[in-house]
Amino acid sequence: MKRDLALLLGILLALLAALLLWALHATLALEPGPRLAELASARLEQTGVSNPVTAVLLNYRAYDTLLELAVLLAALLGIWSLGPAPAGYQRSGPALAALVDWIVPLAILAGGYMLWVGGHAPGGAFQAGALLGAAGVILRLSGEPSAGLPGEPAQRWLVVLGAGVFALVGGGLLASGFGFLTYPPGQAKWLILLIESAATVAIGVTLTAAYVGGRPGSGTAHNGTGQSRTVQR
Amino acid sequence: MPTLLLLFDLVLLATLIVLALAAVLSPEPRRAVMLFIAFGLWLALVWARLRAPDIALAEAAIGAGMGGALMLAAARRAAHRDEAAGRDGDKRA
Amino acid sequence: MSAQFLYGGAGILLFALGLWSLLVHEALLRKLIAINIAGGGVFHVFIAIAYRGDTAPPDPVPHALVLTGIVVAVSATALVLALHRRLEQAEEPAADAEVLSESASASSAAPPPRTPAERTPGTPHPETPHG
Repeated sequence: MKRDLALLLGILLALLAALLLWALHATLALEPGPRLAELASARLEQTGVSNPVTAVLLNYRAYDTLLELAVLLAALLGIWSLGPAPAGYQRSGPALAALVDWIVPLAILAGGYMLWVGGHAPGGAFQAGALLGAAGVILRLSGEPSAGLPGEPAQRWLVVLGAGVFALVGGGLLASGFGFLTYPPGQAKWLILLIESAATVAIGVTLTAAYVGGRPGSGTAHNGTGQSRTVQR
Repeated sequence: MPTLLLLFDLVLLATLIVLALAAVLSPEPRRAVMLFIAFGLWLALVWARLRAPDIALAEAAIGAGMGGALMLAAARRAAHRDEAAGRDGDKRA
Repeated sequence: MSAQFLYGGAGILLFALGLWSLLVHEALLRKLIAINIAGGGVFHVFIAIAYRGDTAPPDPVPHALVLTGIVVAVSATALVLALHRRLEQAEEPAADAEVLSESASASSAAPPPRTPAERTPGTPHPETPHG
C-alpha cells in the first residue's frame, strides 16, 4: 500500500513537473521585457563596488541582506534556546592536529582575502564568513569543544555584530539626512566594506555556533579524556 | 561546436540528476549525506558553467560544506543510536 | 535560449524529485536532504533564468537572491537538526525507563551504555564509521 502511495505521488509530481516545464517554456518564449540587469549595470559605478552581485546585495537591496542577517541570528537564538551544547569530540592525534594547525590559519587568511576581493570579483561577506565557519568546524572536529569561539558574553556580541553594524550604519545615514542605507556618493565603498567586515565575522561566528549546536558556557565542560558529563536538565 | 557544448551541458545535468536520485534513494543515512555533499559540489560546478561564480562559491562552502558537516554529525548520531539499539535488543533476546 | 530551458528544466526536475522524497520517506534526515535538494532545484531555476548566453553578462539580481537563499537554507537546516537532537533527548528517558522496568533490579547497579554519539568515548576521527 505504501508503495502504491509512493507511485501515486510520483505520478502527481511528474504531472506538476510537466506543468512547470510548460510554464517555463512559455515564459522563455515571450519577448524578454525590461530586466533589472540593465538598470543594475548602468548605475554600477555609483555603488562603490564593481562586482554586480555585491552591489545588489549591499547597495540596491541592502534591506534584504540586513533582514537575512536577522534570520541567521534568529536561527542561532532558536538553537541556543534548546539547551546547552553537546560535548565535543575526542582530541585528534598528532598528525591531524598538525594539519589543523596549518588549515585553520589558512582558512582565516583566505576568508580575509575573499572579503576584500568581493568588491570587484567573485567573493564577499558570505563566502568569507563560510570560510571562517569552516575553520571553526575543523577546530571542533579536531577536539576543541568551543570550536575556537570566545566565552559566552563575547560570543553574544560577535553574533549581533553583523546585523548591529548594518542597522547602525543605516540609522546613522538616516539621521544625517540620507535615506536608510542610501550611501552618500564617494563614501559608499568604505561603508560597504565596514558592513561587510562586521557581517563576515558575524556569519563566521554564527555558523560555527550553529555547528556547535547549543548554548555556550553553561556546562559545556569537557574533561579531556573524551568522556563527558551527562546533559543537565 | 554548439552540438559539442550541448553534449557537455547534457552530461553535466545528467550527472547532477543522477547524484540527486542517488542521495534521495539511499536508505543509509551516512551514505545519503555523502551523496548530498557530492550533489551540492556538482551543483556548484554547474553554476560556475552558468557564469555565476559568486553563487558557486557560496554553494560549495555554505550549502555543501556547512550543510554537509551538520548533516554528517546528525547521521553519525543516528548510526550510533541504531547500533546501541541493536545491542540492547541482543541483550534482551 | 535553449540552454536556459535545458538548465531551468533540470531545476524543475530536481524540485519535483526533492518534493517526492520529502513526501514519501519518513526518516527526518532523509526528509531534510530531500527538502535541501528541492531548494537546490529552485535556486537552479533562478540561476538558469539569470543566465543570458555567453556574450551578455548574467543578471545579478537573481544571483543575490540565491546567495541569500543558500544562507537561510543552511541556518534552517541547523535549527531543524538542533530541534531533532532535543527531541531525541526528550524521548531517551522514556526508553531508559522501559529498560529499567523490564529488568527491574538487575540494571540499576550498572547503568547500560546508553547512547548518543557524543557521550561515548570518541572515535579517533569523528566521521570515521566504526563498527
